[in-house]
Amino acid sequence: MIEHPVYLLLLTLLAVTALAMVRLRNTLAVIMLSGIYSLLVAGLFVMMDAVDVAFTEAAVGAGISTVLMVATLALTTRESRIPTHRPLLPLAVVMLTGGALIWGTLDMPHYGDPEAPVHQHVGIRYLNSYDEIGVPNVVTSVLASYRGFDTLGETAVVFTAAVGVLIILRGWQRRRRRRQAVRERT
Amino acid sequence: MNEQVILRVISKLLIPLILLYALYVQFHGDYGPGGGFQAGVIFAAGFILYTLVFGLPNVNRVLPPRLLETLIALGVLLYAGVGVATMLLGGNFLDYDVLAHEPKHGQHLGILLVEAGVGITVAAVMIVIFVTFAGSDE
Amino acid sequence: MALGLYSYWVVIVLMMAGFYIVIASSNLIKKIAGLNIFQGSVFIFYISLGKVEDGTAPILASGYESYSNPLPHVLILTAIVVGVATTALAVALVARIHDAYGTIEEDDIHGQDESL
Repeated sequence: MIEHPVYLLLLTLLAVTALAMVRLRNTLAVIMLSGIYSLLVAGLFVMMDAVDVAFTEAAVGAGISTVLMVATLALTTRESRIPTHRPLLPLAVVMLTGGALIWGTLDMPHYGDPEAPVHQHVGIRYLNSYDEIGVPNVVTSVLASYRGFDTLGETAVVFTAAVGVLIILRGWQRRRRRRQAVRERT
Repeated sequence: MNEQVILRVISKLLIPLILLYALYVQFHGDYGPGGGFQAGVIFAAGFILYTLVFGLPNVNRVLPPRLLETLIALGVLLYAGVGVATMLLGGNFLDYDVLAHEPKHGQHLGILLVEAGVGITVAAVMIVIFVTFAGSDE
Repeated sequence: MALGLYSYWVVIVLMMAGFYIVIASSNLIKKIAGLNIFQGSVFIFYISLGKVEDGTAPILASGYESYSNPLPHVLILTAIVVGVATTALAVALVARIHDAYGTIEEDDIHGQDESL
């Protein structure tokens, strides 16, 4: 049976975590739950045979992302305000979109179906790549060799994000320090 | 800072292991789960732990901002440089077959270099982002 | 089997929870957390498509015939790292907004902009 009980439990826990995040108002609690959410997602990835991805998600989502958000919290405020108006319109939009999406899944291939269209094309070629690349981990050979161009682009995106953060925060730090120096002089 | 003896001792024990594990993930990525992205993030996690426990001035002494900024660019440069090298050797951009006498060896070398580039950039970016955030909190 | 579509439905619940947080919450940090939920749901969707029944992780070894599809894994692997980089950019912007407006509540920011 493919629907392992752990798999079903993880999916259900994920839904519970996400709904708790919707209800919570304390931002620190929301961030902690988002760390737990990432850890659950990582566990789910292991169940789905994506060990490389699970690895990354556990380190990035549950580790670095959470630390960054907490660091931002230290720079800003913690409580999120009680909303002044009832969120009826967002609720309606979300229900409608969700309903349409669920309707759309009804004719999708079932989870784990080996006959699903995704498995009929380039994936087969990748799984027979050992004679061409000589690397047992197919994810690495696709990432670095077959889709090397794509990965170069992703690395450039990470680079650009760092440049953006440096421009936003470091210029601000410098300006603040200058302001402080002026204040001390007067 | 001085009261957190347990925290300091434990993290002193843990940080070398985390960094070593990151290197293992980086260079074992061909054979098991792992690769540049994961290794970079784990490496950065080690330094983030160091920052959290020992404070920003110590990290700035180990990894000066200037060095980190150079490393961010160096990783991308290494990656793109491998592409340019394959072109100079007569192949297509990022076609590692031409890097060595045998296509498979070329692929191995190319993947190793490219993953190293990814690892350097990702690790440096994550550390820089965290250090910048920590530095804003004055 | 009735449970064959369960993962898609949970993905949709997660996606809608994230979507709801993004449009209904006025706190900017909570909005970013909502975006992260949304992002995570898309990751699960991709990875669940790659699973093959009785398959194993796509690391070639003798004795195994059936592997899960590696392509979604590669796409999502890079997407996760890019995701945290863009999250960092977003929280940096939030920190700057807090410095300029003294608040991270969207309503207050709009109010201050109108009173200018």
